[in-house]
Amino acid sequence: MDDTIVAIATALTAQAISIIRVSGSEAIFNVAKIFTNKNLLNTPSHTILYGHIKDNDEVIDEVLVNVMRSPKTYTKEDTVEINCHGGIKTTQKVLELLLKNGCRMAEAGEFTKRAFLNGRISLLEAEAVNDLINAKTDAARSLAINNVDGLLTKKIRNLRDKMAKILANIEVNIDYPEYEDEVEVTHELMEDYLKDITINLKNIVNGSQNGRIIKNGLNVAIVGSPNVGKSSILNYLLDEEKAIVTDIPGTTRDIVEGSITLNGIMLNFIDTAGIRETNDIVEQIGVNKSKKILKEADLILLVLNYNELIKEEEKELIKSIDKNKLIIVINKNDLELKINLDELKDYDYVLGNTIDLDGLDKLKEKIIDKYNLGDIIYNDMAYLTNVRQIDLINKALEEINNANKAYLENMPIDIIEINIKEAWNILGELIGDAYTDELVDNIFSNFCLGK
Amino acid sequence: MYDIIVVGGGHAGIEASHIAAVLGNKTLLISSNLNNIGDMPCNPSIGGTAKGIIVREVDALGGLMGKIADVSHLQIKMLNNSKGPAVRSLRCQADKITYPKKMQEALKNTENLTIKEAMVEDLIVENNMVKGVITKLGEKIMAKAVILTTGTYLKGNILVGSTNTPSGPHGEKRCDNLSDCLKDYGLKIIRLKTGTPQRIKASSIDFTKMQEEKGDLTPWTFSLDNKPSYDVHNQHSCYLLYTNEVTHQIIRDNLEKSAMYGGYATGIGPRYCPSIEDKIVRFSDKPRHQLFLEPESLYYDEWYLQGFSTSMPVDVQEKMVHSLKGLEKAIITKYAYAIEYDAIDPLQIKPSLENKILANLYTAGQINGTSGYEEAAGQGIMAGINASLKLAGKDEFILKRSDAYIGVLIDDLVTKGTIEPYRMLTSRAEFRLLLRHDNADLRLREYAYKIGTITKEQYNNLLIKKEQIKQLEEYLKNNYLKINDNLKEIFKENNLDLPKNNMSYYDLLKRPEISINFLSTIINIDYSNEVKEQVEIMTKYAGYINKAYKEVEKLKKLEEKEIPEDIDYNKVNNLASEAKQKLIKVKPKTIAQASRISGVNPADISVLTVYLKKEYNRR
Repeated sequence: MDDTIVAIATALTAQAISIIRVSGSEAIFNVAKIFTNKNLLNTPSHTILYGHIKDNDEVIDEVLVNVMRSPKTYTKEDTVEINCHGGIKTTQKVLELLLKNGCRMAEAGEFTKRAFLNGRISLLEAEAVNDLINAKTDAARSLAINNVDGLLTKKIRNLRDKMAKILANIEVNIDYPEYEDEVEVTHELMEDYLKDITINLKNIVNGSQNGRIIKNGLNVAIVGSPNVGKSSILNYLLDEEKAIVTDIPGTTRDIVEGSITLNGIMLNFIDTAGIRETNDIVEQIGVNKSKKILKEADLILLVLNYNELIKEEEKELIKSIDKNKLIIVINKNDLELKINLDELKDYDYVLGNTIDLDGLDKLKEKIIDKYNLGDIIYNDMAYLTNVRQIDLINKALEEINNANKAYLENMPIDIIEINIKEAWNILGELIGDAYTDELVDNIFSNFCLGK
Repeated sequence: MYDIIVVGGGHAGIEASHIAAVLGNKTLLISSNLNNIGDMPCNPSIGGTAKGIIVREVDALGGLMGKIADVSHLQIKMLNNSKGPAVRSLRCQADKITYPKKMQEALKNTENLTIKEAMVEDLIVENNMVKGVITKLGEKIMAKAVILTTGTYLKGNILVGSTNTPSGPHGEKRCDNLSDCLKDYGLKIIRLKTGTPQRIKASSIDFTKMQEEKGDLTPWTFSLDNKPSYDVHNQHSCYLLYTNEVTHQIIRDNLEKSAMYGGYATGIGPRYCPSIEDKIVRFSDKPRHQLFLEPESLYYDEWYLQGFSTSMPVDVQEKMVHSLKGLEKAIITKYAYAIEYDAIDPLQIKPSLENKILANLYTAGQINGTSGYEEAAGQGIMAGINASLKLAGKDEFILKRSDAYIGVLIDDLVTKGTIEPYRMLTSRAEFRLLLRHDNADLRLREYAYKIGTITKEQYNNLLIKKEQIKQLEEYLKNNYLKINDNLKEIFKENNLDLPKNNMSYYDLLKRPEISINFLSTIINIDYSNEVKEQVEIMTKYAGYINKAYKEVEKLKKLEEKEIPEDIDYNKVNNLASEAKQKLIKVKPKTIAQASRISGVNPADISVLTVYLKKEYNRR
């Protein structure tokens, strides 16, 4: 922890300016070894110096150097940022020079880790920084920025304060049982308190669902019998939107065939090969992989043929899918109507075809509608976004549910309090106010290089 | 030459000297006034929330407090009886004459224990090891270990208004030199303050204007070895009364005359036990404050006015007291006073209560920064045990936070230190569901027997109780409800839903509305109330209790992460400087203890863990 670390803070591509960041007790000293402007060692904090980076006598680059002295820096350590003149080679050369002159290559997320360890940012903020770096869409970036600002931390802290007051009241009742003038937390009061806490927590949990969608996007599976046009629909969606990439590893364990953004939200199309390539789809539903895909997808597009009656196995497939994440796409409506639409009246469906692309825009609208994609982005952005956070908030909610259960069982207040206190502790852990041992290592192994 | 000398005959000194003698040490108890041994200079009660549990713990470990309280009280009740089992606690009104008298008898009958009247003014120290004490008369008494339990006697100052009188409590002699000597040996001395309210002449009180508070009609004992020996119908009541707007106005008008608000005192008083002027200033919106009148003794005519402690001058106190309903004509026999005294900073004490600077010196009670008879007794017995263990060359005896309130108390003291007299509260214990008053014996008597502070007979009783608990539990698990007409009738009579046929009695007992006493009416349960109570609690709260045990396990992992004694915190970079200072001062034994130090935040713990890992791996 005491050594000085260095990393290229900007993406390593050909661009106008790239920044190399150095942090640690010897940051200024090490940079001074390769920097021509001799004022560096004595310059006040938060100043910019002009000069050249030199390897012995050879001038490598003409640079501006930002000097920020401890503790008012991102890591709370002495920090130097060298603004190089872009170019992959030049930047790498400067980095190499620093490595030769006493700096060590930063590990993934090490700057943020130091910021956290030195008490500069909370755990939640630290995680948000990671999200910011990894943000794929504008919405995700704005979400991450909100977390860095601590909006969510503030929300949780407010809830915790509220809970702390209740807890303190109960403790007072216990320790001073004969002081009748103090408000006693009765079962009636407890009912109200629990309702209030539950609503607050649920809001955060619901928000966390949106947060996950913003961050990771929706995983979409397209399923249906052979030859109903699944591939054409997929290709249409990908083509139309100039698909970002193909074959990028998705955030789930499945392979994503391609992604598009819809209203700022990523739609990741999961490889449903396991389902598509068989002749008898219903038979395949028994296959684990297919089941898993249907379960894990956030959205399932089931494609039916306008020109055929709904087959028995298709009916069963429809039944097996959670209605809340199912949109039925009835393809080939350029042909004669044979399907019985009455049977689908309880489901979300759209009509269309891939010949004249009729109806496929309606599909997009349907998706936006179904997932409130329009609202998500313009809402306030204090969402939890990663698995650990969501896990913790769910645990807190579970404790409050247990408190509710204990309340209904007429357990004594001081027993119900145990659950509330636990939830309160979990929320503390979430915003980094409480300590558990493995937490830090866990979080920081997820960080990317640079910041 | 003694094995152990205990200085001070208060509640800490009593337990320390008694247990040291029980463990076979030639023990000397020195008190400045033999008649004051076991005295209760403040409130006439023993026990209370959390404190009552400490009394039971002291008893489980072989101490005296509970046993003597049982035979000298005027009233006893179970607090929080309507709440959950974890927060129940006994409190009695102890007779201030009987209690010390019986305590002195008990000590006189303790083998290996000598009692001596003297004022200790200095220690004999060689190479940072304590070798004995020096009295005011210059007598040198040698010992292998010394336990200081000096209470508020160290440089005591009594404050009434602007008058400041050097004195121990009750106008006793104070000890002038000892704290200076301790300072010379390198100990840090802190100054604390506590107070005690007025005493009122009984015949001048109009009790009819107050609310009577009676003792419980269920008989109780503190000691696990005692059977109730008093008549529940012949207890003495306490009385509840309130301050009023007139009282508040008198106080507000005279605020600058109080020692605390007038700036005549320097010690830090306890937040949980504020003076009446404090209450009125800080909670100005409250129209009244509760006060209690408690009988002090059957042998003299004084009542204790709980809740009215103040450092106002006497003329103001007269007015204040006379403004209270029922006390219009009250005769004040003792005025309230605040007392300031020296204590040592508890961060200089090891978890065994041995001093970090002076070897073989132990301290317990108010000198360690605590408040309360029970807190003192809890430390006293631990200091006595640990001094004995050290002399015998055995491992120290440290109670964990999950073992006992005494464990919480000592861990808090030596880890967090204190800036005000420390009082035990149930909220300080994270495992309070495990630390109940009803299972103190189950928690602690195994330890006690191993150390040698309880008898074989007491231990056998424990084993029998444990066995019976197991039997009853298994019986309830393996026997099932057979519904018949008679049962239907019983359930109906009691307004209870009829359970399913063939449900185990254990599952039936889990239902909130079914008590073990009700169960006793439908099946024959031939066990003592204590056994039944244990089974009932462990059945009804099984989920919560198991969860607590899991938490204990989690904590144990952190407790097992030991911090080497030779760690140099200056070499741990990136520790916040406040954390560094605290760690150097406290010298925590484990990561768990370190994480409880105030000012050491999670980030510091991470840094420390990383450092230890790195250093440990290197070695």
